[in-house]
Amino acid sequence: MQNDVIMAGFGGQGVLLIGKMLAYAGMHQGKEVSWLPSYGPEMRGGTANCTVVISDRTVGSPVIQCPRAVVAMNLPSLEKFESSIKPGGLLLINSSLIAKEPGRTDVKVLKVPANDIANDLHNPKGANMVALGAYLGATHAVALEEMEALVRETFASKPKVVEANIAALRRGYELGEEGMK
Amino acid sequence: MAKKLMKGSEAIGEAAVRANCKLFFGYPITPQNEIPEYMSHRLPQVGGTFVQAESEVAASNMIYGAAGTGERVFTSSSSPGISLMAEGISYLAGSELPVVLVNIMRAGPGLGGILPSQADYFQATKGGGHGDYRLLVLAPWSVQEAADLVQDAFDLADFYRNPVMILGDGLIGQMMEPVEFKENRVPCKPLKPKDWAATGCKGDRPTNIINSLFLDPQVLEYHNQKLKAKYDTMSRDEVRFTEYGTGDDYDLLIVAYGTVARVCSTAIEDLREDGIKAAMVRPISLFPFPYEAVRRAAKKAKAVLVVELSCGQMIEDVQLALEGSRPVHFYGRQGGMLASPEEVAQKAKEVLAGTSQEVRHA
Repeated sequence: MQNDVIMAGFGGQGVLLIGKMLAYAGMHQGKEVSWLPSYGPEMRGGTANCTVVISDRTVGSPVIQCPRAVVAMNLPSLEKFESSIKPGGLLLINSSLIAKEPGRTDVKVLKVPANDIANDLHNPKGANMVALGAYLGATHAVALEEMEALVRETFASKPKVVEANIAALRRGYELGEEGMK
Repeated sequence: MAKKLMKGSEAIGEAAVRANCKLFFGYPITPQNEIPEYMSHRLPQVGGTFVQAESEVAASNMIYGAAGTGERVFTSSSSPGISLMAEGISYLAGSELPVVLVNIMRAGPGLGGILPSQADYFQATKGGGHGDYRLLVLAPWSVQEAADLVQDAFDLADFYRNPVMILGDGLIGQMMEPVEFKENRVPCKPLKPKDWAATGCKGDRPTNIINSLFLDPQVLEYHNQKLKAKYDTMSRDEVRFTEYGTGDDYDLLIVAYGTVARVCSTAIEDLREDGIKAAMVRPISLFPFPYEAVRRAAKKAKAVLVVELSCGQMIEDVQLALEGSRPVHFYGRQGGMLASPEEVAQKAKEVLAGTSQEVRHA
């Protein structure tokens, strides 16, 4: 059993962070994991992405050309990675920032207004947590409890951030689970 | 110790500290800056010293001087920086100084680009600097293996009194994977006191001299032959490789090293699902190259496919190993582009279908 995902957005949306958290939580759950960032002559405000693999056995290629899932936090990310998703895979779109309709009909499309939800929860920086939660709800790549424990650990010095991010994570998780029904 | 998720560069740095290396001299270059960054804050914690040199040339001479004292010494760089260090590396080899060098390869030639590449295979295994010398060259395929090989590299460098190079690509440096450092690690070689080191003796023993200048040709030839004997011993005793899927039947043998071999391992699994049988030999030591392992494994295959992030460099060692006994094919990406499992599987199908052109030298 393997879950792999490309998480993409513009710099500052925290896609590298949620990718790392996914890998950490997977490792804590006893899985084999890898986290591979895009790196290059990037500029501020440019796009960033990472590839995360969570597997029951040794991770083969950490480079995934056709991922089982893509989390697109902004339009350039959707345009760059939509075509690469494995047929039958998952396309998770941040519909707060992406108005465009995806062209793929052979993948499950899940639209989550991550920024709007984060704003409603008075946690405007938490859109990435909403997206991460939605990804977990849709795939169960790692358990929600494992991720919540990691959020508590990661933001241990900031109790308010912990609660706000867990609320964002849970709301995303609900939408992810509902969306797959 | 529990597993920790670490970036390859950080794991390499921590491995050096665990190997009791207290001295780092280097100069920054992408994509390995996380190594000096890590060493700059970690070494002072263990009573060590980090020096950012004014250039790679200076750094290679600083490691020469420091290694001469018998301390464990470490530097890291990326392709153009290693070229600048080449003179110093030749001197280190000539003076038989143990240091560990890390090359996180980026695409060349020249300044090239900053993305992953394996185009420094020739430089690492066949020379780089001048004169008859060899580096022991080890190529990790995961962050854990990078951490393990760095620790082994310090033991091997001390045992052979020779520079050892860890040859990784940009992916190894940037990727995060779980790493475990074992407590009470046993050195991979028996280590003797460094009675050759220039530590100052105040006349109570004969003076130790660290030198690579031998103006008398008879003396230099003797020195060359002594080095050659050492490299022969390495070739006999330090071959490292793993095999993937060679226990089963297979029609195609893939030879790949580093992270590209991971890509190939996934390609082999995908091919098996399509009913195509392939296996792999992955060299871990590039010098010494596992000639015998490749020759043996190729006997069960109809053809051999070499996959590299270069225009084809290791392929020459594979051809030497095979001595013309099997057709050799090549798949490579360059410039910082990565090979995907799908591409490797496609090439493998073409090789077995007879639609791929065999690599021949005119």
